Amino acid sequence: MPNAALEEAFAPFVGQDFGPPEIARDPVNEAMIRQWCDAMGDANPIHWDAEAAAKTHHGGIVAPPTMLQAWILPGVRLADPDRPPSDKQEELHALFNQHGYTGVVATDCEFEFERYLRVGDRVTAKATIESISEEKATALGIGYFVVTRTRFENQDGELVGSMVFRVLKFKPSQPPQQASSGDAAPAKPQRIPAPRGHDNGWWWEALDRGELMIQKCSQCGTLRHPPRPMCHACRSVDWEEQPSAGTGSVHSYVIMHHPPVPGYDFPVAVALVDLDEGTRIVANVVDCPFEDIHIGMKVECSIEELGGVKLPVFRATS
Amino acid sequence: MSITLKDQAAIVGIGQTEFSKNSGRSDLQLACEAVSAAIDDAGIEPSDVDGMTTFSMDLTDDIEVARAVGIGSLTFQSQIPHGGGAALGVLHQAAMAVATGAAKYVVCYRDLNGRSGQRYSEGVSGDLITSDSIHWSWYIPSGLMTPTSWVALVTQRYMHDTGTTSADLAQVAVSTRKHAVTNPNAIFYERPITLEDHQGSRMIVDPLRLYDCCLETDGACACIVTTPERARDLAQKPALIRGVAQGSGADQESMTSFYRDDITALPELGIVANQIYAQSGLTPDDIDAAILYDAFTSIVLFQLEAYGFCKRGEAKDFVKNGNIEVGGRLPVNTHGGQLSEAYIHGMNGVNEGVRLIRGTSVNQPEKSDHVLVTAGVGVPSSAMILGKMD
Repeated sequence: MPNAALEEAFAPFVGQDFGPPEIARDPVNEAMIRQWCDAMGDANPIHWDAEAAAKTHHGGIVAPPTMLQAWILPGVRLADPDRPPSDKQEELHALFNQHGYTGVVATDCEFEFERYLRVGDRVTAKATIESISEEKATALGIGYFVVTRTRFENQDGELVGSMVFRVLKFKPSQPPQQASSGDAAPAKPQRIPAPRGHDNGWWWEALDRGELMIQKCSQCGTLRHPPRPMCHACRSVDWEEQPSAGTGSVHSYVIMHHPPVPGYDFPVAVALVDLDEGTRIVANVVDCPFEDIHIGMKVECSIEELGGVKLPVFRATS
Repeated sequence: MSITLKDQAAIVGIGQTEFSKNSGRSDLQLACEAVSAAIDDAGIEPSDVDGMTTFSMDLTDDIEVARAVGIGSLTFQSQIPHGGGAALGVLHQAAMAVATGAAKYVVCYRDLNGRSGQRYSEGVSGDLITSDSIHWSWYIPSGLMTPTSWVALVTQRYMHDTGTTSADLAQVAVSTRKHAVTNPNAIFYERPITLEDHQGSRMIVDPLRLYDCCLETDGACACIVTTPERARDLAQKPALIRGVAQGSGADQESMTSFYRDDITALPELGIVANQIYAQSGLTPDDIDAAILYDAFTSIVLFQLEAYGFCKRGEAKDFVKNGNIEVGGRLPVNTHGGQLSEAYIHGMNGVNEGVRLIRGTSVNQPEKSDHVLVTAGVGVPSSAMILGKMD
């Protein structure tokens, strides 16, 4: 349900400037441009090679357009939760925070560029709270999208470019975990589940329901495993699922010792099982001393969670 | 005599699926349907197809298509790089293959869910579900996720069926190491091991121990191939390729062909062996030394049988008494192999094969007129026989 009190409180913010225009601390200069180009890997000589730049239609060094916002960034403010809001945007965010919308995430940013900045230009920026959305439900939690627009001008009042910046102020759906809460165990590593595609997803979905299935050709009745889209016997692409009794015998087996893999708790036994229906399947053998596992051993299947993944497992038939 | 491709090949069947924005099925199924349709159009059977070629960008492995369509053995496989540039490249491959007898019927295919699946307009992204990722997913959740594990599963059954023991595998490790001990280029130069060392080494995937497994190595190998006519004028004594072939067996998976009646049969090796012996006119008795792909000790036994040096189940006896060392019936992996020299995916073995023909191996046998060099086991494989030029 929309937060009426909040919406009433934030309505006057829409259309307001953050505050007085921000004036760049430094004029456009070669050193800052060069550092930017180094960091971004921008090798275009019009940004750092005066001689080469002079021969272009720019007639000299120009700043990379995408560097626009860098000129007016105020520098790092030390984190101080008690610092009062210094502009309208901060006031707006504080208002959201008071209502429990403490989360913030930048969602997107759009630039429009009108002209190049040259060495010596001085940028001013005027930022406006342009719009606030209605309440939205997102994966992060419910919240409001806040759109701000910043106009960048040069010393002559000419528009250099503009930036639209959108953030989501949201109520985190789960309270952020306290880093200091010592008794929360780290997540247990899990086994690697199978990717599920057209040709195999149905088999794993059946397993999720607790059923071990074998693929059966609808045309000639041939069983096949692992599943594949065409019958090798008659080339039909029509098939159906047949439940397996889950009984069979060990055709071959190994004991995995090394290297250890998180989620698997080696050593574990892995067997190639001849199902009584005639197909074969690779799966773990559990609850059986390794030295007792042997080729020909009768086994039966159950479907259980191993390492966080639902899998067929086999036990010696009692 | 040089041959050209003029009038050497023809297209005899075509097939395709419908074209849509959302096929509703896998890349693999699209490939199967198109290949199947082309087979029908040509009026041949799936089992007639013995060559497959596609784009390296294709998401569907040839052997997955082969299994699904019921295509059996293959003697020619290739992939052509660089996107759409491969389109006539695959036809070129097919033409060369049929012109040279490498295959009789080659299917060229290309499948893509280019709108509903991986859109090229999206650029490069992860999380693709391919026939290959699904293939591995039948094994990875259980923990069967390393080459050692896949080979161990086949080895266990082979040991059960033939009475081969871990001590027999140890013999391969020890004999191979002997060759590395005298090879200054080998990782295990001057570091011999004993049968007891092998038996005491830790279990990696039971029944395979540490010393049953190859090295992991940084390195590279390369070789140059030219015509025999040119070879005569060059600096080195040429190693003549007497026979060379590829092979993929029916019901082939990559490393996990667990669904054949006999999982230890490895028919792909027989397909390769038959071709190279037929091409060269040689028999196993003519082979003086062998470079057998030895990612694991057990696969050396498999190959001794598959390439005809002994009968099924007899490799455990063949490797005893120094028989695969210099001075024995068949010196094997005279460089120390991938178990003890280096693991360069078989290519260090190619170079050793050439040295054996030149007579420059550090472990040069008295006679090495014909040398067998083999490739990976458990996958579609390949091999060649090297000989001397007259």
